[in-house]
Amino acid sequence: MADKIINKADLPALLSRLMDHYRVYAPVRHQGVTNFEEISAAELVDLSLVNTTLSPKSLMLPQSESMFEFTLDRTSDQVGVLREIEKDFSPRIIFGIRPCDAKSFQLLDLNFDTPTYHDPWWVRRRQSTILIGLGCNDPCRTCFCTSVGSGPFSTDGLDILFIDAGDEFAIKTVTKKGEQTFSKVEIGPESSDTTTDAVLSVQESALRLMKSVVHTENLKDQDEKALFEADFWDEVQFGCINCGVCTFVCPTCWCFDIQDEVHKGNGIRLRNWDACMFPLFTLHGSGHNPRAQKLQRVRQRFMHKLKYFVDKYDVGVACVGCGRCVQQCPVNIDIREVFSLMNSLKV
Amino acid sequence: MENPYLPYPVRIESVVTETEDRNLKTFKLVFLNSGDGEKFVHSPGQFAELSIAGKGEIPIGIASSPTEQGYLLFTVNKVGVVTTELHQMKSGDIIGVRGPLGNWYPWKRMEGKNVVIIGGGFAFTTLRASIVYMLNPENRSRFGDITVIYGARTPGMLLYRDELAAWNERDDIRVHITVDAADDPEWRYNVGFVPTITQETAPSAKEAYAIVCGPPIMIKFTLPILSELGFPPERIIMSLEMRMKCGIGMCGRCNIGTEYVCKDGPVFDLAHMSRLPNEY
Repeated sequence: MADKIINKADLPALLSRLMDHYRVYAPVRHQGVTNFEEISAAELVDLSLVNTTLSPKSLMLPQSESMFEFTLDRTSDQVGVLREIEKDFSPRIIFGIRPCDAKSFQLLDLNFDTPTYHDPWWVRRRQSTILIGLGCNDPCRTCFCTSVGSGPFSTDGLDILFIDAGDEFAIKTVTKKGEQTFSKVEIGPESSDTTTDAVLSVQESALRLMKSVVHTENLKDQDEKALFEADFWDEVQFGCINCGVCTFVCPTCWCFDIQDEVHKGNGIRLRNWDACMFPLFTLHGSGHNPRAQKLQRVRQRFMHKLKYFVDKYDVGVACVGCGRCVQQCPVNIDIREVFSLMNSLKV
Repeated sequence: MENPYLPYPVRIESVVTETEDRNLKTFKLVFLNSGDGEKFVHSPGQFAELSIAGKGEIPIGIASSPTEQGYLLFTVNKVGVVTTELHQMKSGDIIGVRGPLGNWYPWKRMEGKNVVIIGGGFAFTTLRASIVYMLNPENRSRFGDITVIYGARTPGMLLYRDELAAWNERDDIRVHITVDAADDPEWRYNVGFVPTITQETAPSAKEAYAIVCGPPIMIKFTLPILSELGFPPERIIMSLEMRMKCGIGMCGRCNIGTEYVCKDGPVFDLAHMSRLPNEY
C-alpha cells in the first residue's frame, strides 16, 4: 500500500525542494552511459534505465579515496605522521536507486561495520545517506533479484520507495529516516484506490517479466572443500581474460588496495578499488602466490559470493541479482550458470 | 569513531642487524604520544602494520613480549618497497604502527600444558615473543615443560643469538639449536634440518602443544613427525602469512575460504586448517 502520490510532472519540483536540504545524487546520462552522480538541477535526472552501468557502490566506497595526508618535510615536527582528512558527511539523498543496489549496501555493512572494527568512512556515509528507491516495472532479461532475496519492489535497505504507477509515482515511506526526510518538504496527497490498483498491476506484471531464476537452496549445505575442488571450475574459467569488469560493475565487490602517493614532499594514503581477478592482489613478498592461476582467481570470486559469504554470515549469497556482470562480461561468463553448477554439485 | 586505519606514530629507538647476510634487522620502537602505548595491548602471536609515510604498510609479527614494557620489537626481512625503505632508516626516524592485529597463540588453552616451539629461519619473531612471555617469572608457573627447536641455514642466520645462548643455559627451558650446515669448528649446537632434530629429540606429545612457524618446506616435513609423535591436529598450532593491506578483515585479499588470515588468523590449529580449502 502506497502512502502518498506525486504527479510525475511535479517530480523535478520535489527534487529541487529536497536539494534545499540535502546533497542529492541520482542517475544522470552522459554520452549514452548512465551513472549516479550529485545533481545540480532536478532536470538532469534520468530514470529511463533500469540498472546504471556502474553500481552506486562508489557513493559509499569511492573508487579512489584519500584516507590520510602527511608531509615528508624533515624540518616539520609532523614529518611522517599521518593525519585524518576532513570530508563532507553532510546529509544526502540517493534518489532513484534500485532495490537490488540498496540491498547490496546492507550486505556490505557486514564487511565494513563489524562487531570488532568499523570502517569510519563507510559507516559515516551510510549514516548520512537517505536512500530513495525506484521500483522496477520492467526488469532486464539479466535481472534475477527475486532469486537472491530481493525483488523489483523490495524495500530492504531503502528509506523510501517510489513506484511508477503511470501518470504518478506512488510513494511508500519505509523507515523513520524516510519519514523525517519528507517532514521537511511538502509532497503529494494521500494515495487513492486508483493508484493502489495501478501499483498492484505493475508489481504483478514486473514479476511476470522476471524470467531469470537461479537456485541457491543447497549452497549452505554443500561441502566447501568439495565445491572448491569441483571439476567445473576448469570450464567456468576457460574463457575468462581476467579483465575484472565483473568486479568493477558489481555492487557487492568491495575489495580494495591501500597505496601512498607523494608529490613534492606532501603525500596522501589512499585506497583504491582492487579485485581478486588480478594476480598482484595476493602476491607475497617472497614471490609465492596462493592464487597465481586464473582458475584460482575465478573460483575465488564465485566461491566468495556464493559459498564463503553464505557460510560466514548466514544471510544468503553476496549477490543481489542485478545482472551487471552478465551484461558486461566480454566472454559471456554467466553467474547464473555458476549458481546452477554450485547449487547442484553432487559429491 | 576510532579509525582502525590510522597508525600510532612511533620513533625508531634502535636498529640491530641480526643476520650475517644483513637482510634482517630488529627495530625497537617507542610510541611518540603518551597513552598510545597503553592502548596497544597485545598477546604473543599477534602482528601489526608498520607504516612508512610515502611508502606504505607491511604486516609484521610482533617480536616483543607484552611483558617487555615501553617498547615494541619487530624483526624485518628486506624484501620489497617498504622493508627496503625501513632498512635504510636510523634511530630517531618516525614511522607508524597500527595494531595489534589478528589473533594469538592459544594461551588460555595451553595453560598447564607442555609447550613445544618449533621454528625455522626468520619465522622466529612471534616465537621469541612467546618464549620471553612464558619465561617471565609471573607466567612461568602457568606452563609445564618448554621445549624449543630452532634452526637456520647457518649459525650467522640465527636470530636473537645472545638470547638463544642465555636460554640454553637455563634449566626451566630446553633449547635445541640447529643449523643446516656449519663450517665453524667451534659450533657447539646441532647440525641438521629442523624436522630431523624434531625426530631425534622426540618431544613428548603428552599434555603438550606444538607451535610451528617456518618456511613451507620445514613445515611440510615437520608436521608428519609431530603426528608420529602423537600430537593431534588440535594441538599443532601454526601461524600463516598472506599478502595483507587493511589488517582488519575488510580489504578482501588474505582469505582462505571463509577465514581472513589477518583477522580470523594468523594463528590456526591444524584441525581448523584441514577444514579450509588448500589455497595458501
